[in-house]
This record gives sequence, C-alpha cells and structure tokens, in this order.
Amino acid sequence: MDFDDTKEEAAFRAEARAFLAANAQLKSEAKPVSRGRHIRAEEIARAKEWQGKKYAAGFAGITWPKRWGGRELSPIFNVIYQQEEEAYAVPRGVFEIGLGMCIPTMMAYATPEQLERYVGPALRGEEIWCQLFSEPAGGSDVAALRTRAERDGQDWVINGQKIWTSGAHYCDFGIIVTRSDPNVPKHAGLTFFFLDMHSKGVECRPIKQISGTSHFNEVFFTDVRVPDAQRLGAVGAGWKVSITTLMNERLAVGEVPRPDVSDLLTLAETLDLDGAPAIANPSVREKIAEWHCRTQGLKFTRFRTMTALSRGQTPGPENSIAKVVNASKLQDIASYGLDLMGAAGMVMDPELAPLHALFQEGLLFSPGLRIAGGTDEILRNIIAERVLNLPADIRVDKEKPFNQVAHGKR
Amino acid sequence: MNFDFSDDLNQLRDQARRFLAENATSKHVRSVLEGEKPYDGALWLKMAEMGWLGAAMPEEFGGAGIGHEGLCVLAEELGRVVAPVPFTSSICLAAEAIMVAGSTAQKRSLLPGFAAGMHIGTLAWAEGMGNPREAAFSARFANGKISGEKWPVLDGGSADLAVVTAQDESGRPLLVLADLRAGGVTRTILETVDPSRPQAKLVLDNVPAEVLGAPGDGWALLQTVLDRAAVLVAFEQIGGAARCLEMATEYAQERYAFGRPIGGYQAIKHKLADVYIANELARSNAYYGAWALQTDAAELTLAAASARVSATEAYHLASKENIQTHGGMGFTWAADCHLYYRRSKLLGLAIGSASHWKNRVVAALETSNAA
Repeated sequence: MDFDDTKEEAAFRAEARAFLAANAQLKSEAKPVSRGRHIRAEEIARAKEWQGKKYAAGFAGITWPKRWGGRELSPIFNVIYQQEEEAYAVPRGVFEIGLGMCIPTMMAYATPEQLERYVGPALRGEEIWCQLFSEPAGGSDVAALRTRAERDGQDWVINGQKIWTSGAHYCDFGIIVTRSDPNVPKHAGLTFFFLDMHSKGVECRPIKQISGTSHFNEVFFTDVRVPDAQRLGAVGAGWKVSITTLMNERLAVGEVPRPDVSDLLTLAETLDLDGAPAIANPSVREKIAEWHCRTQGLKFTRFRTMTALSRGQTPGPENSIAKVVNASKLQDIASYGLDLMGAAGMVMDPELAPLHALFQEGLLFSPGLRIAGGTDEILRNIIAERVLNLPADIRVDKEKPFNQVAHGKR
Repeated sequence: MNFDFSDDLNQLRDQARRFLAENATSKHVRSVLEGEKPYDGALWLKMAEMGWLGAAMPEEFGGAGIGHEGLCVLAEELGRVVAPVPFTSSICLAAEAIMVAGSTAQKRSLLPGFAAGMHIGTLAWAEGMGNPREAAFSARFANGKISGEKWPVLDGGSADLAVVTAQDESGRPLLVLADLRAGGVTRTILETVDPSRPQAKLVLDNVPAEVLGAPGDGWALLQTVLDRAAVLVAFEQIGGAARCLEMATEYAQERYAFGRPIGGYQAIKHKLADVYIANELARSNAYYGAWALQTDAAELTLAAASARVSATEAYHLASKENIQTHGGMGFTWAADCHLYYRRSKLLGLAIGSASHWKNRVVAALETSNAA
C-alpha cells in the first residue's frame, strides 16, 4: 500500500497545482465566506469567469471527449483536480449540476446540432443549467411528479410546479421531466425535455431555509411552450432518461463539511468546562475520538475508491456511505459544539460566538444536508437493496394508472 | 493512489478462505468453546506449515517474510471464522513484543519456535480490573525471577512463554519473558464470556525470566506492542463483523414473516445498512493501520487507535444486530451467532477497551496538533 500517484497522475497533479497557484487564492489566505446568503449577481459573474479560466487551461471537462474541449482522461484525474482545488477559495456549485448531470444527459439524447449549440457554452461557463425533477408531491418518490406536458401542434405545453431547484433564478437552461400521460402507471407516463429558463410562463421563487439562506427555488410553469424538438428520448420514456441523469452524479470528492472534528478539537482546547479545559473532560475526549474515527474512515474509504479508479477498475459500492455519514456527523458535531459553550451556545453573533458562529451555522444548515440529494432513509434503502441485495420495498402504486393512485393531503 | 492489498496478498486471502472453510468450521470452534480442548492443535500446526504464523517475521528468524500487510490479511480471514487458535496471543502479542523489544539473540532463539507453532506465547499485562496503565506493573522482577499475579491472560492455560509487565528492584517498569514451563507457575482457567479463546489467572512465584528491552522502557514498549497488535486485532474484528453482516443478510433474505422476506422491511434494511456503514468505516481505518504498521510510520499510534476504535464499534454492532435479525433462533446455542457475539467482546477488551483507545486517539491528535 502507498498513497503515491502514478507517473501520469503526478504530472497532471503538478499541472493542476501550477494552474491553481497562478490563478486562485488559497482558502487559508482568503477572507472566510459565510455559508451562502442568496447568491448575488457578482458572484455568478465571478463563477463564470473562473469556469472560463478552467476551460482555457483544460480543467473544465477533464473526462469529457476532446471534441468538446475535454481531455478524455479517466475519472481519477477529476478526483485529483478536485483534491488540489479544495485548498483554494474558488466559486463552487454554480456549474456542477449543469456539467455533472444536464449536459451528460444531453450528450446521450440530444441531436448533433443541439450539442454543437449547447455543450461549448456550458463548459466555458457562459450558460448555466439546472435540473427540474423534484416536486411538492414527488420528493423521495420523484416519479410521482404531476407537472403536465400536453402536446399542441409542434409544441408541448407545460403546467405545474417544480421545487428544490438549485439556482433556478440565475440559470439559462433546464432539463425537466413531466407527466405526459396520467392514464398509465407512473413510470410509464413521463416525458423529458430541455427548455429555456427565460421562456414565457416560467417563474422562480426562492425558498427561505431554516438557516435564513436560500439555495433553492420553487419554479412555476404556466402554459410554457416547449418545441417537440427539445424532447429528450421518446414520449413516455422520461423515466429512463431521468435515470441517465441521476447516474451521472459525480463521485463525491469528499469535501468535509464544517464544523468538522478539528474545529471541535480547537473549540475544546479553548473552552472551559466546569473549571477545567473542556479537552481534559473524558466524555468530551470520547466524542472527539468517535468523530475523528468516522472522519478518517470516510477519507480512507474515498482512498479505496480512488485506488480502484487509479487501477482502472470499477469502484466498489463503499463510497455510497459518504453522504449519510457526513450529514449526521455535521449535525451532531455542531450541536455538541453548542453544548460545550453552555447557555452562550445560543448566541450566533459572529463577534461573540467562537469561530465566527461556525457551529451555530452548522446547526441550522445541517438538517438540509440530511435530506437534499437523497434523504438518510432513501440512502439506507439504496445500500440495503443495491449493496446487500435485500428485497425492494413493496410498491402499491406500481401497476395502477397514475391518476388512480392514492395521494395524501401533503 | 494504491490503498488496497496487492494481487499477491489477495491471492493469499483466497487461499486462506478456502482452507479455513474446511478446517475451521463452527464445529471446530465449538469443540473448544465446549471445553474439549484449549485450542485446535491440528489447525494450529497446519497454519504453521503454511507459513502463516511467521508471515510477518523476517526469514532470518524462521519467518516467511511476507510482511505485516500479509499478516493483516490472514488476521481478517481468521476473524471471519472465529478461529479457535492462539493467534492473537502468540503471534499478534508475544511474537510482536519479541520483534519490537527483543535482542537479536532473543529473536534468533525464540521466533523460529513461534513461526513453527512450537511455542505458544502470550502477553500478560492485566492485573485484574482496568485498562493498560503505567501503574499496573506491580509484578516484581529480581535476580532473573518474576513473582506476581496476572489475570486475565489470553491463552494463559496453554502458553509456554509469557511476556510479562513488571517492575525491577528499583521500581522501573519493564517487560520480561517468563518461562511458564518452569516451576512456580500456578494456572487457573477462568470462566469467561468467550470460552472459545480460554483465559487464565497466572500466579508466578519466582519463575525464571529474562529481560525484554531496556529496564525503564516497559510502559513505552507495552504501548508500542499494543499499538501494533491493535492493527492486527482490528483485522480480526473486521473479518468477524463482515461475516456477521453476511449471516444477517442471508437470513433476512430467506426468512419470511407476514408473507414476505423480513429483509424487505425497512426496519431490517436500515439496521443492516447501518452495519454496512460501520463495517466500511472500520475497514478503511484498518487499511490505514496496515499501511502504518507495514511502513513503521510516525502516524502508527493514531492510525492504530483509530482502527481499533472503529473495529470494536463495528464488530459489536454487527454481532449484536446479527442475533437480533435472527430473532429467537439467534440466541440459541445451536445457531452460530453467539460465537461472533462472544468473540467481538473478547477482542474488544483483550488489549484494552474502547474508552482507553478513544483517549489514545485524542492524545495522539493533541500531540500532532502541538507539533
């Protein structure tokens, strides 16, 4: 065992390092940014500029075909770039859904002319894409969606509502799955499109989260016309196309959400607990040890996955545990940090609260992490069914026409 | 990135698994559990013949020179079958202590016997209640003889050599190697939660012994030996935990209740998903421990302690939820679940319990922070 790069990996890493050192600022030297308020226009501009630089240097589409400006390298090189980029304060999150999910779906289903039109601008950071799947009636059960698409001449007319759309208010294009036929069972009646988010009848409203921030939107569709030429896949094949999109979720690069266990160690070293340093308290030590082991366990699990990628093998399922472990750990560490502060743990004023209120922010931010991108419960189902091969849940709606399936008040 | 075992070692794993499926069945474990013999001697000698016992020992001392990563692979496979042999005591503790602290002469005279399975050794650190600590070196060593009481001692009934924690006439902590075949040794087999690996109380009365390592270094040496053993034991633990998850999963697929397999209910699925999560975290931490052990890395203490904390937690969870998934059958003597439940506790305690190792994790973090 070792942690060394292959020769090609080492050369690529050196190139990535040189690029980042010349073009970005280290996190340790940058001003700490509070966990996203509503993303502002200048931040979008900054993100677009950064994406353009990455494209020019060949770091935008590392695994993508060369004809689109990519490098056609294996996924391990993507991980290496992410590892290097993690130390830098660069704009993140704006292009991930578009490049990670939307454009790969387009590559599988769009026409050559459409690809010519859309892929380049997306990779260069000129146009931003979003993904419109979840609905008020379809969260974990995403195929229970109700947004209607009805054929009208050469167009489809879309009516309904999507929710939890990241960045819908600044996106240029979106991919959407709709219900085109409610008279057949739910998976059979779906059709998939891409659309211009500036179309008439599209309205975005930000959702205010517990933390006071707004990462997500509700998107309303009122008689939105989409040409049939923008349909991806056959009529009624929308579920299959959706699976393509979801399969493209990137390998989690393993950014550890903060406050992490090292923040807790710092806190315990500075605070007093009943007249002695908190770090001297045995129960505090036990907690820190447990979270340290979980954090390291995830890090080395990722290393195992990287090893498989580096050897050109298909990684095992082990990395599927990452999000479910990380989200709960964040919530528990944040909550425990507040406990150590005593009554003052309630105070979120960054001037007064340790580490600029990192723990308080984590407390309010972490519940969303346990839900977004697959709830803890769905992720456990996935582990049980796909990794352990336990039987699938019974689905009482599987054979019924969608418009005869029971639905609740919420 | 090359954070996995080599093809050669994976081949060794496959061979070991096939061999143990024949030679270390639950029938073999039960014959020790039920007191017919203190360990499976036939299995032990075959392991010696195949070079397993000396896997990590240098060839000049009768070993196979495969290295500690190889020993980790074997430990995992032995853990999977709860092998009824003195592997932990003799190889992971006693032989490891000799490799860490012994003189060249001691290694030359002793290790070949360990590799051949002729010696059975153990490490007698415990003096009743409590975890490893500097104060618990109260056995007395003077004039080449040791006296004191040690319990529990893993395989203390079968061992012919024991590495014993003691103090010399000037009160300095040290390790000594006691000859348990000599006179002055009283052994009492103790009733324990896992009789498949018997434990004894040793009363030593002027038993011939020789110093292992420098007098005064006893506490530091013990910690080093326990760190190294923690990695190897972590592999035994993750092997056992993996087998528990397989047993529970197989049962949940085949057992029907309310007209369908119980593995289709989310209460069972989520429980077993949690076991999978704990097992994978433990496995990854154990791999890091294997790397640190093989390379004698500066991070060994932190890596070993993390591997141990993770593996202890995972095996406990996996073994108890395996029983729970099996329902009523799970707590019968006839089902194999209890073999793992017992062993998980034994391995979780034998070199100090979780609280001791959690404290060691944080102490190592503080040291690396201060550096």
